[in-house]
Amino acid sequence: MNAMNTPLPTGLTSIALVGNPNCGKTALFNLLTGASQKVANYAGVTVERKQGSALLPDGRSLTIVDLPGTYSLNPTTADESVTHDVLMGLRTGEVPPDAIVAVVDATNLRMNLRLVLQLRELGKPMVLALNMMDVARAHGLQIDVQKLSAELGLPVVETVAVDNSFFGNWLARWTGHAVENGRESLLQAAQRALTQQKSKEAQLDHPMLLDPVLLQKQVNRILSVAVPKSPRIKRFNHHIDAVVMHPVWGLVLLAALLMMIFQAVFSWANVPMDAIKEVMAVVSDAIRAHMPEGLLRSLLVDGVVAGLGGVVVFLPQILILFFFILLLEDSGYLPRAAFLLDNVMGKVGLSGRAFIPLLSSFACAIPGIMAARTIPNWRDRLATIMVAPLMTCSARLPLYALLIGAFVPQRSVGIFNLQGLTLFGLYAAGILSAMAVAWVFKRTWMKSAYQPLMLELPPYRMPNLRNLLLGLWQRAAIFLQRVGTIIFAVMVLLWFLATFPGAPAGATGAAIQYSFAGMLGHALEYVFAPIGFNWQISLALVPGMAAREVAVGALATVYSLSATGEETAQALSPLIAQGWSLATAYSLLAWYVFAPQCISTLAVVRRETNSWRYPVLMATYLFALAYLASFITYRLVSALALN
Amino acid sequence: MAVNRPAVVLRLIEPADSKSDLGVVRRLAELGFLPGESVTVLRRGPGGREPIAVQIGETVFALRSLEASCIEVDPHTVAEPA
Repeated sequence: MNAMNTPLPTGLTSIALVGNPNCGKTALFNLLTGASQKVANYAGVTVERKQGSALLPDGRSLTIVDLPGTYSLNPTTADESVTHDVLMGLRTGEVPPDAIVAVVDATNLRMNLRLVLQLRELGKPMVLALNMMDVARAHGLQIDVQKLSAELGLPVVETVAVDNSFFGNWLARWTGHAVENGRESLLQAAQRALTQQKSKEAQLDHPMLLDPVLLQKQVNRILSVAVPKSPRIKRFNHHIDAVVMHPVWGLVLLAALLMMIFQAVFSWANVPMDAIKEVMAVVSDAIRAHMPEGLLRSLLVDGVVAGLGGVVVFLPQILILFFFILLLEDSGYLPRAAFLLDNVMGKVGLSGRAFIPLLSSFACAIPGIMAARTIPNWRDRLATIMVAPLMTCSARLPLYALLIGAFVPQRSVGIFNLQGLTLFGLYAAGILSAMAVAWVFKRTWMKSAYQPLMLELPPYRMPNLRNLLLGLWQRAAIFLQRVGTIIFAVMVLLWFLATFPGAPAGATGAAIQYSFAGMLGHALEYVFAPIGFNWQISLALVPGMAAREVAVGALATVYSLSATGEETAQALSPLIAQGWSLATAYSLLAWYVFAPQCISTLAVVRRETNSWRYPVLMATYLFALAYLASFITYRLVSALALN
Repeated sequence: MAVNRPAVVLRLIEPADSKSDLGVVRRLAELGFLPGESVTVLRRGPGGREPIAVQIGETVFALRSLEASCIEVDPHTVAEPA
């Protein structure tokens, strides 16, 4: 998605949340800042940069920055470097935080405290947030908070960031046992730390920062004082893992989960999508009723409402997809999927670390390509970058959804419906071709040595409703922002090109046929006719390079302007269902599995690889694959349809 | 190492394949694979060899065989079960 870089406002007091991955840091961030957060990326790195604000007890506003999780202050990956550099004040454009809130998972102090000891050497005012205290208590873990605080020389606050508020509060009222999440006490402690603790000289050459063995000794000593009789707690549910990570059942479950998600994308979205279409129709009718016929009316109805509305209508489906991605992310399932698939990744020669960049490419190839920076080996990184665009990004979903909705009957196949299965097939085609391409690349000119995996498999957690809703809200905001900016601009430009020059006197067809866009479409049709694309599709491919979703909006505008006489523009889906052959529809689907990249992706590849060679190679191989796949699909479906 | 039999980490050794020197050992140490800690192989991935899921202390990591081979354990002292 779009990378924005808003610098931190200076002059404000800021604290940074720092902690191991999977310690519930982001949930704590959500608890502290509520909906006041802004998500962007760090300058030059696609590592999410979350910032929000909260009011201190004394009424001052506090800026809170959520830093990427890290195991130590000796960074090995790009996101760990971000945390290191921000804390050290090495990152230009970022003001180093005034204080640190070290977040630890109370159920895993043995691991988490090593980082806390390192952070302490930075000499900044600091508070320890003992997170997940409810889980620790439920496990019978007795932590002597006072002793821990004394041993560390830090104020310690107990927090319960994920209390499943909605259920939790309701339950609390019933039982009269209020759930204390520790938000207020943490803010109080932060305020005290900011006013009372003075920054000390950072001791960057302190052995604590460098030697993990020493750190662990110190941690063990502190634990023997603060948590003297720790029962062996069970953080992990090995019964669940026995199924989820089973060599056979685990893979079956993974496939079933993915299928179910694609089912839901279609079966749940109907009601909200119909509502959006309804609103579009009402708005167009209102414009038609209240404005005289003319260019401005055409711009609004054909360009803005048809074009933008045609894209916005897919928001529900995108949100449903992200709902499941966030759910899987929150529950701790994703690393287990990576575990199951690591063998396959290794077979085609990709690094185990490539899983995460490739997974984020399902949202958008750009963060995926940038996340490939976490792969230390250059050839491995390059191979990952080259195949990232084959992962079906969410911008392609509108086009898939449009075509599947128009051409694939809503029939059930066993417990699944055919539309969901088709979507699953398209995603699978993307993944399989990525594997094949990676295999070819790694066999030919990107050979490299073995790469380590070292991926944490966190305990399972119940996903939290608040975090889920915040995540969805952020995705919706990012999508609508794209619609409001780049997609809007392209749609207006396209309307302009499709309207001028007007039809000559005595012309019979729709005016668009004689416009610049019409001419361009007809010229491109020579190239694309062999794969079954008509001039409207050929034309829509061009703005589709600015952003994939635009292809759908462009089709909507082109068809809306092509409507002649009194016949008013209808919804796009039935129009193409009548107008296109089945072969054309499948051919276009095949095209978009490979579809040469949007311009921004190629620009990012250029920046990341520092050479024009790779983006050109990428565009060429994708174009060739897309053309080939569409050609075969078109010929095959045509032949089958004839018989 | 056998599955589900806890052992104690003796020390970390440099990987036999010196080409892939990627700070594997330092990273393992930072993840907590330190002498004296209890370590258990929980299960192996599909295919039966790698990756393996390894519990160290109260944390589980997925490792490929190369990095796992850097962790030398004492086969005789069996740690208390995790």
